[in-house]
Amino acid sequence: MAMGKGEFLMWSYTKALEYPVKIKCTNPRLAKFIISQYGGPDGELAASLRYLSQRFGMPDEKAKAILNDIGTEELAHLEMVGTIVHQLTNGVCPEELEKAGLGAYYTDHGIDVYPQSAAGVPFTASYIAAKGDPIANLQEDLAAEQKARATYEKLIDLCKDDPDVIEPLRFLRQREIVHFQRFGEALRGVQDKLAMKRFYMNDCNKMNDNKCNCLKEFNSVNNYNVCDSVCNCNNNR
Amino acid sequence: MLEDNMENRHCGCNSNCNQDCNMSCDCMNNNEEMSCACKNDLREEMMMQLRAYKFSIIELALYLDTHPDDEKALCLHREYAKKAKELADKYQKMFGPLTISYPCKKWRWLEEPWPWERGNF
Repeated sequence: MAMGKGEFLMWSYTKALEYPVKIKCTNPRLAKFIISQYGGPDGELAASLRYLSQRFGMPDEKAKAILNDIGTEELAHLEMVGTIVHQLTNGVCPEELEKAGLGAYYTDHGIDVYPQSAAGVPFTASYIAAKGDPIANLQEDLAAEQKARATYEKLIDLCKDDPDVIEPLRFLRQREIVHFQRFGEALRGVQDKLAMKRFYMNDCNKMNDNKCNCLKEFNSVNNYNVCDSVCNCNNNR
Repeated sequence: MLEDNMENRHCGCNSNCNQDCNMSCDCMNNNEEMSCACKNDLREEMMMQLRAYKFSIIELALYLDTHPDDEKALCLHREYAKKAKELADKYQKMFGPLTISYPCKKWRWLEEPWPWERGNF
């Protein structure tokens, strides 16, 4: 949420949440479950890193943009989930934390918010899929949004007694649905692009200009131009 | 010794920061006359409005990523971007910086509550 003057930094932090979190009553038992959306397999950290990592291999401008912008919004959601966990446990004494099943957590992390699943498994990069294949990646992203939506629904079921917690969770659930919609549109765009007669994954113009020496060698050894058969880059010569 | 060092920290730019500085603008003076509760209400109201604009911008931006030719969405995006900027400038003048980019005479970034504290104004 960058705004105001001089906001042309990537990324810039704004001291405000995308949706307000104002929890009046602590409830460490709920915090233990909700922390899964911070650092669990379908959590916001995994979502953000998944999308931001997949941008680099996308052949389509729309797909790059949507991965960039949803990946950025997920960081705002990470901040919201961290805030929920903090407010649910803020000021709770160690005895109460232990009763809520957070004794081991308190031992290792105190009152910090540590990225882990509801079962206590620490965050791992294996939650992130970046396959180097635009179709596989976007299908992965569609599934990831549905899994996150399903997780939020389970959390809402567990939080029935506290509207202060349910409201932001409902907002986050709704965002997963919008993201799913946008990824679906991006996937169709990529499929259309791949179906074009002349298409190549990497930019041949750049490769021939100066970047890739091995391609030049390959061309001369094989006495033909790799690019000629698939793209229009011979226009430059 | 310490005081000498402090004096050396004046940059001498003589810049007139009245335009940006939240400590010397008119609205800050008005605020001092307001009661604390009233000020908090106004602050929360302004933040809610700002959040609404900013959310609209995010939502429209994601939509425009996959529908870049939608003129109506583009028009709405322009409208909310303008409103958000105006309100963000006003809010920051009155209540302090929302980003580290906001110019201040005094470093007020430390004074403002973080989103996870005090229920996120």
